[in-house]
Amino acid sequence: MVQSLLKGAKLVLALAPLCASLASPTTASAQPTSEVLHYWTSGGEAEAVKVLKEAFEANGGRWIDAPVAGGGGDAQAAVLRARVLSGDPPSTVQIKGQNIHEWAAAGTLKTLDDEAEAGNWDALIPEVLKRVVKYEGSYVAVPINIHRVDWLWSNPEVLARVNAEPPRTWEEFNATAEKLKAAGYIPLAHGGQPWQDATLFEVVVLGIGGADFYKNALEELNEDALRSDTMVKVFDQMRKLSTYVDPGFPGREWNLATAMVMRGEAAMQIMGDWAKAEFLAAGEVPGEDFICTPTPSNNGFILNSDSFAMFRVPGEDVAEGQKLMASLVLDEELQRAFNLLKGSIPARKGVSSEGFDPCALQSMEALASAEESDALVNSLAHEIVQDGAVRGAFLDVITEHFNTDMSSQEAVNLLAETVMLAR
Amino acid sequence: MSHRPAGNKRPSVLDRLSTVLPQLVVAPSFLLILFFVYGFIIWTGYISFTNSRMLPSYELEGFRQYLRLFAMDRWDVAFNNLLIFGGFYISLSIVIGCLLAVLLDQRIRVEGTLRTIYLYPMAVSFIVTGTAWKWMLNPSLGIESYIRGLGWESFRFDWIVDKDMAIYVVVIAAVWQASGFVMALFLSALRSVDQEIIKAAYLDGASTTRIYLGILLPSLRPVFLSAFVILAHLAIKSFDLVVALTGGGPGYASTLPANFMYEMTFRRNQIGLGAASAVMMLLTVAAIMVPYLYSELRGKRHG
Amino acid sequence: MARAERLPGATGKRRLFGRLFIWSLLLFAALVYLAPLYVVLATSLKDLAEIRAGALLDLPHELNFAAWQAAWSEACIGVRCEGLKPYFLNSLLMSIPAVIISTVLGALSGFALSKFRFKGANAIFSLMLFGCFIPLQIVILPMAQTLGFLGIANSISGLILVHTIYGISFTTLFFRNFYVTIPDDLVKAATIDGAGFFRIFWRIMLPLSQPIVVVAIIWQFTQIWNEFLLGASFTSGGAQPVTVALNNLINTTTSVKQYNVDMAAALIAASPTLLVYIIAGRYFVRGLTAGAVKG
Repeated sequence: MVQSLLKGAKLVLALAPLCASLASPTTASAQPTSEVLHYWTSGGEAEAVKVLKEAFEANGGRWIDAPVAGGGGDAQAAVLRARVLSGDPPSTVQIKGQNIHEWAAAGTLKTLDDEAEAGNWDALIPEVLKRVVKYEGSYVAVPINIHRVDWLWSNPEVLARVNAEPPRTWEEFNATAEKLKAAGYIPLAHGGQPWQDATLFEVVVLGIGGADFYKNALEELNEDALRSDTMVKVFDQMRKLSTYVDPGFPGREWNLATAMVMRGEAAMQIMGDWAKAEFLAAGEVPGEDFICTPTPSNNGFILNSDSFAMFRVPGEDVAEGQKLMASLVLDEELQRAFNLLKGSIPARKGVSSEGFDPCALQSMEALASAEESDALVNSLAHEIVQDGAVRGAFLDVITEHFNTDMSSQEAVNLLAETVMLAR
Repeated sequence: MSHRPAGNKRPSVLDRLSTVLPQLVVAPSFLLILFFVYGFIIWTGYISFTNSRMLPSYELEGFRQYLRLFAMDRWDVAFNNLLIFGGFYISLSIVIGCLLAVLLDQRIRVEGTLRTIYLYPMAVSFIVTGTAWKWMLNPSLGIESYIRGLGWESFRFDWIVDKDMAIYVVVIAAVWQASGFVMALFLSALRSVDQEIIKAAYLDGASTTRIYLGILLPSLRPVFLSAFVILAHLAIKSFDLVVALTGGGPGYASTLPANFMYEMTFRRNQIGLGAASAVMMLLTVAAIMVPYLYSELRGKRHG
Repeated sequence: MARAERLPGATGKRRLFGRLFIWSLLLFAALVYLAPLYVVLATSLKDLAEIRAGALLDLPHELNFAAWQAAWSEACIGVRCEGLKPYFLNSLLMSIPAVIISTVLGALSGFALSKFRFKGANAIFSLMLFGCFIPLQIVILPMAQTLGFLGIANSISGLILVHTIYGISFTTLFFRNFYVTIPDDLVKAATIDGAGFFRIFWRIMLPLSQPIVVVAIIWQFTQIWNEFLLGASFTSGGAQPVTVALNNLINTTTSVKQYNVDMAAALIAASPTLLVYIIAGRYFVRGLTAGAVKG
């Protein structure tokens, strides 16, 4: 009895603001409001998201921050699912690649075609990103940046002590790493989390197999490609990499690995350009304190991109908020300010490259040339291709191989089986 | 007021109500549990036979999810880990808890303080426990580097980053947390044993050891059972500790079924598969609990 | 409750060795149990330079509460830099009502199930008991739908409801097993005197229940305060309980990991339950003796 009374009371309490908002007659005066669910909580990311928040508020919006830290979005995925099922999704969600399509297929996303038309997105957004943010011909998300995954970050001082330069081929990489190891340095700073292991993997796949092989194996899931000798070679190189990390690597966060390079404990890190944001946030200067070079990747480019998707939520203030957010995100000045801090490059054309550091400029050039030569591929580790099940199958095998003494051939067999099972 | 004359009794609605009042009082709680426990179990069971992915769907497709589940190495690892973790966690907690209880029972002067020291870990959340132990067990920050710093250069304690040992790290932290609670259970039970029996045994010339092994511990059988059941359910529910301590790693070497279910349901958009693993977890719980509940209630009826 | 009649064992040298052995075991165990707390506490009082330079078990050079201050009201979780304070209050708002409601419901159900053996009482009890043992992961999705239906999703009220429901099984178990040990004659006599259900409960059972009320409250408070999974799944942003915020804070990493702030935050999050155990732990053990664990 007490329980049901209490529940009644709670219901009334919970419904009261809802009724009030439904009853409010004016729609024009509703303050644009957006609850933003994201997992940008590390130093550089938090700085970048602050820029966005300030711009949103400067335009009269009310930003309700809902950060979910941990695990590169693992925790966020659970929150989002529970919120959608309870009929109360957050209005704006930081979301990536394949997940956008899956949520759109479930009918939970708002189409943004009106905003797209008003903002002339067709002309602004590069073709590679349109594939990501459009579902069945409609825009369902707005891209906010382009990250390049296949970067190698090195500490020039440490490399100089063994008379090395940032390596350009995997042979060079291995030779340098051996020298570093002999000299008592950790060659590769790495955090042993499945998505980080997978980041190494896709970089190696691109480097050893080339863009066509990458597309065949990781995007189209061609079984022959998955079982090929090239894939065996990829795992051979992964095995080598696993000997270049320090014993304390399991479970380490990526930015703590970046800090190891900054401090000179480790020489290199393979990570997307969000790592650059950490160097910059620590006041380091590209080209002096740290060097960015593409990993040995055959002039390819592994694309990763963050987007905001807008979920269907009732309420005029929320609709206004979503409209405002969608129109703001591609704003030229905002794109520059956000991406300077985030380490990425703009998600739209026509942002002048002025003010961007050499690494970002290099990234812009590489993107253009890779697009031209058809060497642009989509990241598996970062959910741009493949749904959760297939990606998870890859991660399971990659991380199992990296952490055990599994042979390359065994890994290849297991990979083909597991991936086929998950399809 | 309270002494109503017997003749004045009329079978009113109120009286009838008062005879079913106990049922009425239990009803809300029972109905809540019926819906929120059993209803949800049925829901999950149903979902495990569908092809639900991103969101629940209600289209049946047979045992496919279970076949996929059993084909996954990750599930094997998680389930084996549950057996290893559960076995060591339960037995070590009971042995250590029981030992501490017997020792504390020896008229120890600062018993209260010691008891609090052994018991306090139970007050701490798994997230905190995991964070603290993660730090202490980290080879480059914690115990290993400390002992090396003392001069023992070759000392190694790197289980947390060792694929084969990581699950035992979870055991250590979990036993640290629960053994004090088990101690409290045993200590309180030891204190409620009839003193006359012990006195008599002593006068018969039995040694302290004999009294414990022969009389006290056997009389604690129900407590062993209670401790076992409490620990078993904690083991099966264990989730946060793994998240905070090892993150399931290295690789997925230290994941438990609860972590598996979470990963599939929320991270990999495989709600059907997650539900199938949840059903397997439930069946494991039931295999332990149903015999216990049965014996418990049968015993009650006789008592 | 100490065993005054416990007769001394062997005397003389053997006894001395025995005592020494017992004491050394007990003290060793105490050190092991205290070590993590000590490490966390000592680290929270050091500054970062000291942590990097010094060894794990060293005492802090000076008592430096800066990290505590930061963890309580300054540390950033996402773009919000208010420390744990708001989330700590959330946890209080969530756990206090949930503890009270589930304890009251458990006491009433336990009373009804133990003293009025109506038909099916045992079956109902065992069905309710099974609720203690379900893995909470399985309730997340249907619960999310239900909370949405009730209009209390993503709110503290929602968490109160969830924790109350999954606490009832435990409290009912505690109270029922405790009331079974109270002689039925007491209830019978009162019934003959014309006292009704609530009157007997209020006048007779409740005054006797103090030990088990303590157990139920401590148990529920610890469980609810420390719960992570449901809090993490059903709330985001401002409504999160402190365990979730703590995890966010620890994972809100900048390039320099602030171990001292993390540790201070962990202690702050753990302080209410620690306090309860330290102050009321004695009653907890006593209450367990009073019936909760009897098979």
